[in-house]
Amino acid sequence: MVNNNIDWKKYLIVFLMTVSLFLTASYLSNYFGNKKIDQLKSIQDKIAMDILSSETQFSLLSELSCKNISDTIYSPELGELGNKLEWSQSNLGATAEVSYLKKYYSLLQIKDYLLAKKISERCGIKSAFILYFYTNKDNCNLCESQGIVLTSLREKYPELKVYSFDYSIDLSAVKAMLQIYKIKDTELPALVIEDEVLTGFHSMDDLEARVKDSFKLQEIKPLDTVKKSS
Amino acid sequence: MTSILDIIFYALIFSSVYVQVFFFVTFLENRRKIIVRNGKITLGYYPTVTIAVPCFNEEATVEKTVQSILSLNYPMDKVKILIVDDGSTDNSWNVVSKFSDYPNIKIFRKKNGGKYTALNLALAHTETDFFGGLDADSFADPESLVRIISYFQVDSSVMAVVPSVRVYNFKNSIQNAQKAEYQLGIFLKKMLGFLGAINVTPGPMTIFRKCVFDNLGPYRHGHNTEDMEIAFRMQKNLYKIEHCNDAYIYTNTPKTLRKLYQQRLRWIYGFINNTLDYRSILFRKKYGNFSILTLPMGLISIFSVCYLFSKIIYNLGIFLYSKILILKTVGWHFATSKIFYFDTFFLNMRSFVFLVIFTYLLVAWALVFGRKMVEGKWGVSLGMIYFFPIFSLSAPIWLFSAVYSTVLRRCPAWR
Repeated sequence: MVNNNIDWKKYLIVFLMTVSLFLTASYLSNYFGNKKIDQLKSIQDKIAMDILSSETQFSLLSELSCKNISDTIYSPELGELGNKLEWSQSNLGATAEVSYLKKYYSLLQIKDYLLAKKISERCGIKSAFILYFYTNKDNCNLCESQGIVLTSLREKYPELKVYSFDYSIDLSAVKAMLQIYKIKDTELPALVIEDEVLTGFHSMDDLEARVKDSFKLQEIKPLDTVKKSS
Repeated sequence: MTSILDIIFYALIFSSVYVQVFFFVTFLENRRKIIVRNGKITLGYYPTVTIAVPCFNEEATVEKTVQSILSLNYPMDKVKILIVDDGSTDNSWNVVSKFSDYPNIKIFRKKNGGKYTALNLALAHTETDFFGGLDADSFADPESLVRIISYFQVDSSVMAVVPSVRVYNFKNSIQNAQKAEYQLGIFLKKMLGFLGAINVTPGPMTIFRKCVFDNLGPYRHGHNTEDMEIAFRMQKNLYKIEHCNDAYIYTNTPKTLRKLYQQRLRWIYGFINNTLDYRSILFRKKYGNFSILTLPMGLISIFSVCYLFSKIIYNLGIFLYSKILILKTVGWHFATSKIFYFDTFFLNMRSFVFLVIFTYLLVAWALVFGRKMVEGKWGVSLGMIYFFPIFSLSAPIWLFSAVYSTVLRRCPAWR
């Protein structure tokens, strides 16, 4: 006969070891999550700084500044930040921090947009931008596709700026934008190109044609795009 | 907000990690007791052993099997061989008849009834104190029997001793992966042996004291896994089963994924159904670690793999869908730069990723240590590298299939 005294102490020790492993994994996960949030924060701080600097620069110098516009004013990280924020929302969870960062991002976009408008008035240059309103809720399955089209468009024409706003964000400035352009939540995705409101999905070819007509942009060849993003 | 699915998910991950850590701690406790004998040993006394060779359509290998028994480093007058042809339709009977002149070999032929009936016929003709079977597609190492018998002599309460089953000559990556897997199995068996929780006494030369069958009855059908059923029966009756890690029995393994699938389907179906048959001993401390650890963990791991595999396939599906969506909306040209765009920001570092990696590391450790026990070498083999993708991808399929067959009450065929 076999002696079947179970070593309960061992079971308990292994249990405690497993729990501590779980806690370590959880800690590591939080640590990396926080690092990502910090990364986002620093990107946003940089953008805020850039915008503030451009506004100040623009106020200080009057007509002379029009010559140096395209190099110094616009912040390249703005577009990329949008992607990272969306990813964070779905993977790190819609925490208070991520929501806060999203609101801040929307504000930065609006500031960038206003600055661009001012520059175009002052310098007579037409700034190329598209306003894009979307939602993450389920009554908008075309929003995802539209987002992809716009991202590709932006990569193809780096001078084109796309400002994206989540319809359901709780920010008075964004709500003001929605009122100005009379965007309804039943008509999303909605695009604003040259003060014209377009609703529903628009394909790559459709938008490309419009954008080329309106803005006379310089197209970057695909090879350059790949080199740029690597 | 955590859903029920998340809770199940984390509970499964917890139990997987728990089992791995448990085995590792068992290893640390018992590592000094793991002895590998490399030379010949002599016993003070050599008991007579009967070895049954049940045979069904094994004309290619049965001769070598019997020869390996005759070549054992054990006095041949103390070894009785009973070859039972279970109604073979090939040339097996003729091959086997060649041995009819040997003084210690008896040959039987019967109508096909399944391996357990062949073994029982041999049992009925066994008069010795020790009995074992050797599958007709396996070969015994010359030192195996004497090393096994030494375990009986060291501890008189041991009722059965299980050998280390190894892969004989691998020819492709699938067999190579199985070689690594069998080495992992040897490590796990040794650990289970220390815990008194061995769940299967493999056909390839497990040696029993004959009284086990006298007391508990002969082999049963056991859902086509009679070697597992007898082990469960022994555990239920608190009979001690040990593992002799340096007794090597070489066996042929399936060469194709299809044959591997059939073999493993049978094993897992057998495990699930034998566990169901013996469910009365689950979670009773009287039955020791077998009841508290081996059986529950076996069931949970089957469920975990099915669940996790489904989850992975689902996530993969979502991922592919999003990539296809990109392709559809913007065409191939720009999609290339977007698909291959990779920023470490997007690496998923949630806690379960770390835990899964940790579990895999412990499995890798068991593979490496299994090899050390058997081959005496440290290091990673090619088979180990094949093991992960081959088994990760195919195991869920036969596990699902076994569960499905159980639910439908359809016993999978032997071959």
